Amino acid sequence: MARQTPLNEAHRKLGARMVDFAGWDMPVQYSSVIGEHEAVRTGVGLFDVSHMGEVEFSGPGALDTVNALISNDLARIADGQAVYAGLLDERGTFVDDVVAYRFSPERILICVNSSNREKDVAWMKTHAKGVAPVDRSDDYAQIAVQGPKATGLVQRLTKTDLSKIGTYRFAEGEVAGVKCLISRTGYTGEDGFELYSAAGDAVALWDALLTEGQQDGVKPCGLGARDSLRTEMKYALYGNDIDDQHTALEAGLGWIVKLDKAAFIGKEALVAQKAAGVKRKLVGFELTGSGIPRHGYAILKDGAPVGEVTSGTMGPTVKKAIGIGYVPTELSAEGSTFDVDIRGRAVPAVVVKTPFHKKP
Amino acid sequence: MADNIPGDLKYTREHEWARVQGTSVVVGVTQHAQESLGDVVYVELPKVGATVTEGKQFGVIESTKAVSELYSPLTGKVVKVNDGLSDNPSTVNTDPYGAGWIVEIEPSDPKQVDGLLDAAAYTALLQNS
Repeated sequence: MARQTPLNEAHRKLGARMVDFAGWDMPVQYSSVIGEHEAVRTGVGLFDVSHMGEVEFSGPGALDTVNALISNDLARIADGQAVYAGLLDERGTFVDDVVAYRFSPERILICVNSSNREKDVAWMKTHAKGVAPVDRSDDYAQIAVQGPKATGLVQRLTKTDLSKIGTYRFAEGEVAGVKCLISRTGYTGEDGFELYSAAGDAVALWDALLTEGQQDGVKPCGLGARDSLRTEMKYALYGNDIDDQHTALEAGLGWIVKLDKAAFIGKEALVAQKAAGVKRKLVGFELTGSGIPRHGYAILKDGAPVGEVTSGTMGPTVKKAIGIGYVPTELSAEGSTFDVDIRGRAVPAVVVKTPFHKKP
Repeated sequence: MADNIPGDLKYTREHEWARVQGTSVVVGVTQHAQESLGDVVYVELPKVGATVTEGKQFGVIESTKAVSELYSPLTGKVVKVNDGLSDNPSTVNTDPYGAGWIVEIEPSDPKQVDGLLDAAAYTALLQNS
């Protein structure tokens, strides 16, 4: 039996098409993936992301404990800020990608991918020196409110001054009378918030956002739109674009790896790889021939396989067939060309600057 | 939701429809198929003149998330393809039995059409699936 979020019944009432996603019964779409994608680009959309996991480190030494586990640096940010980071293994490849919230040096909350939750918790328990991680995933629900009209919508439901919460910052407050962690983060490329509430409050919060958002044309959005939105931004998806076979430097995520901070797992491997040179890179490309690139398709140069597509879609906003994939470094510069093997056809593609979608 | 299953068409178990039009047969996918697929974003068509075989793949239809094969209801020759789908693949969603048609086939044996499901049989198939 697939796991259900507290909003499962609410999705069914809205007529969502439900699918199994990493063991969770989740909405893939309510009306249409493209319509939901456009709602987020031009108005506001709601996503149930309660399947994501939350792990808490609480007590003296929490910051140092977490900093030795993640690639980014919690010592460089202030309380009330969050960072995107890698949980890396000794090879510098990904156990997971996470967002770490710094409430104080003694309280850090880490949001992890649902598919990796058990693995991450076990890994953190093994590797944490100091404060022990506590899996709080079942206590939290999470709703993402995303789009140019997201701030207006959430602001009407809260006394917290949202103009004071910058990107990758958060505050504790009430939204529609529900206690929330209000985080200015997201996975769509649009402005917006991720609202973490108690699991039992999720339905009240969801309903309030849907009702208040009517004047904005708010749409509930499924995992389909979430995937096309993040692909247009070239945001990495664990299991597709990043995994335990590719390092953070190969994934182009050097910016979340602070090699000058104190030791963390994976640091030595990445220092060595940086010195030796990175041999393959994750690039964004557009097809110049017809078709759609998909996860797992081979990337060819002169007929020979040299890489692999990790994500691909017909971008609903950019209106092009776009893809993400690993190629040898010599093919990674903007303008480089190669082919994608689409069911036996070699379809030409060109490396382009990302994100694919640029805000107007 | 109610499935739209026109009474004058023939159907396959793979959710294609076939409409006899003179000596040839126009083929598309059903309302049920387009709803299950979701937003259609690409249709890979055969070439005019290509030979297609009953029950064998003749093209591919892709939605935002899924890649699905198209199976030919008949054996014969492709005499026309719907080129309009390359610019507007979503026509398959908005008008599956009309402007969203996919190919026109000249069957090697016109009697093949008789072997396809009629609307009642296709309705029963959907109800039992």
